[in-house]
Amino acid sequence: MRPASLKAELQSALSARFGSYLNFQEKPAPELLFTGIPEVDAVAGGLPRGCLTEIVGPPSSGRTSLLDSILAAATSAGEICALVDAGDSFDPETAAAAGVNLEQLLWVRCGARPADALKATDLLLQGGGFGMVVLDLGDIPPRQARRIPLTSWFRFRRGVEHKPTCLVAMEQEPYAKSCASLMLEMRRQRECWSGAAGCSQLLDGAVVQAARRKPAGRDLTTKAQRHQESFLVSSYLGGSTRTA
Amino acid sequence: MYACIHCREGSRQALLNLAFTFSPRVEDTAPDAVTLDIDGLERMFGPPPALAERIVRLASDAGLRVEVGVASNPDAAVCAARGLGGIAVIPAGQEARLLAALPVSLLFAAAAEIEETLRLWGIRTLGELAALPEAALSARIGQEGPRLQKLARGAGCRPLLAFSPVPGFEHSLELEYPVALLEPLFFVLSRLLHELWAGLEARALATDELRLRLHLEDRSADERDFRLPFPLRDHRACLKLMQLELEQRPPKGAVTAVWLAANPVEPRVLQDGLFIPLAPAPDKLEVLLARLANLVGQENVGSAELLDTHRPGTFRMKRFVIQASGTKPRISQITQILRQSAKSVASILAFRVFRPPLPAQVQARQGRPERIAARGVKGNVVSLAGAWRTSGDWWKSDGWDRDEWDVALSDGALYRIYCDRATRAWFIEGSYD
Repeated sequence: MRPASLKAELQSALSARFGSYLNFQEKPAPELLFTGIPEVDAVAGGLPRGCLTEIVGPPSSGRTSLLDSILAAATSAGEICALVDAGDSFDPETAAAAGVNLEQLLWVRCGARPADALKATDLLLQGGGFGMVVLDLGDIPPRQARRIPLTSWFRFRRGVEHKPTCLVAMEQEPYAKSCASLMLEMRRQRECWSGAAGCSQLLDGAVVQAARRKPAGRDLTTKAQRHQESFLVSSYLGGSTRTA
Repeated sequence: MYACIHCREGSRQALLNLAFTFSPRVEDTAPDAVTLDIDGLERMFGPPPALAERIVRLASDAGLRVEVGVASNPDAAVCAARGLGGIAVIPAGQEARLLAALPVSLLFAAAAEIEETLRLWGIRTLGELAALPEAALSARIGQEGPRLQKLARGAGCRPLLAFSPVPGFEHSLELEYPVALLEPLFFVLSRLLHELWAGLEARALATDELRLRLHLEDRSADERDFRLPFPLRDHRACLKLMQLELEQRPPKGAVTAVWLAANPVEPRVLQDGLFIPLAPAPDKLEVLLARLANLVGQENVGSAELLDTHRPGTFRMKRFVIQASGTKPRISQITQILRQSAKSVASILAFRVFRPPLPAQVQARQGRPERIAARGVKGNVVSLAGAWRTSGDWWKSDGWDRDEWDVALSDGALYRIYCDRATRAWFIEGSYD
């Protein structure tokens, strides 16, 4: 007999005698932080606080778009967030366009030094008080990121446990193993172009797929549209505009 | 017993100094008068008349011409000094009789309106005021009437409001031998901070600025200013801030003396709401920011601020400060415009910047990129959009003029590349993600 079914059978047999005392050690369901994208929330149910969440995917898979959306949702709600940017690749302009309140976001630029990024994340978790701490390892090559010892991830998991902080790690591959409570895998299905090819084509966006890999879940597709950077600037200053 | 020293011509500070030479309990009564508690001074200076004579003599030596009044309460002593002149010692119980002939105007605290009323009633002296029926006086000029009447009878009973000079919150320490290592220096700083904080705590004060001066062996001074964004009461947090600062920028020589000063301010009083979102504690945040700055550099920690320019990827790092709870988050004008423009879409395709841009080898046909090779990036162009020409700041030495392309490579990623028109060099600016 499997241990889980045995436990359930014992609980049902003893529940009449001991009531709810048998369940007192069960971990309460964590509070969730929504991503701001309904399709992803439908897949993941939200990001659990007090846990480590991994967002995994190759370059141009929509990881950063999802991350910007999460940060926008959190900072809009008045949360103080921290971003540990291991590769120094955060673009504040597109983040602001996605709705991130940059005043509420502490940005730690580690200049492609993953060791510093790990230390900074540890300090932020120890300091406490942040609604979300993001460790961006998206540009760190996998062969380098794989060298991060598992003890670091265990330390992060312990550091964020029982705190109302949501720890998010963004990577090309999953590195945290059993320390992650939720893992979302991002994949780009196709990019969207508009206009006539060869003369007036525009990159409109990309269709990306978010899949919950841990705990296992169903896939759902969402569309992330391209931020029209030059258009946004030109609408303010009347400069050049990218149009088809 | 109380003694009042009255001086028509003289500085307030000189009067206070004179009073403090006789008693530690001194009241700064008025610009021209100070009152001191002389209880228990008989053994040192003799009976009150002898003490008063000594005060006058000492004042005379200092170039001050003073009158001294001694009475059983501060107000009667003040009236005696101002009204009777010279040295006036009023025995207990004789106040009303001895003060009766003095003018009403001596009651300096009386409002001008009441003084005018008393003048219209024909009340000229303290004795006349003291003789008025108390109930009728109260009915006509309110609670101030009985109070003034009590002063006129020399029966005031207020306590002395002891003057406590605001100390300069600074401490210094000469070291027996020069200290070259930071760790022993931290012990010295800890001791000085502890002494400083004891003074601040005794007066229920906090500090928002600390100034540290290290005297070095080569007779130069290393001065540092720690400006705190809010009044701090935790000396451990301040010590940690100093440690991190000194570790980041150690003094250039061995330290021979340390001087530390704090700017005393009222402590911050905050009442957070129950439904305010989570935020780091301000003192912990300061230490955390200092630790992070120590780790990655001061210029790499903070919040980004977008700048009002067309130049691609321009922003500025600024100090991270948590806005006070209850205030609406401040959003910069540029951010608002970016948001308004992006409002129509569900999510924005984010961009990851390569800092600095990656130099690339680009094979182009008829000006259109076909194959790209750079460090970590290699592939054929599958699809592309462009070119968009942007330029600006041509009147400056750091102007830009470039053709931008959005390309999808065979390695599966989307990049933004550009060709610098001045140098004809290609760069990968970043990737869409």
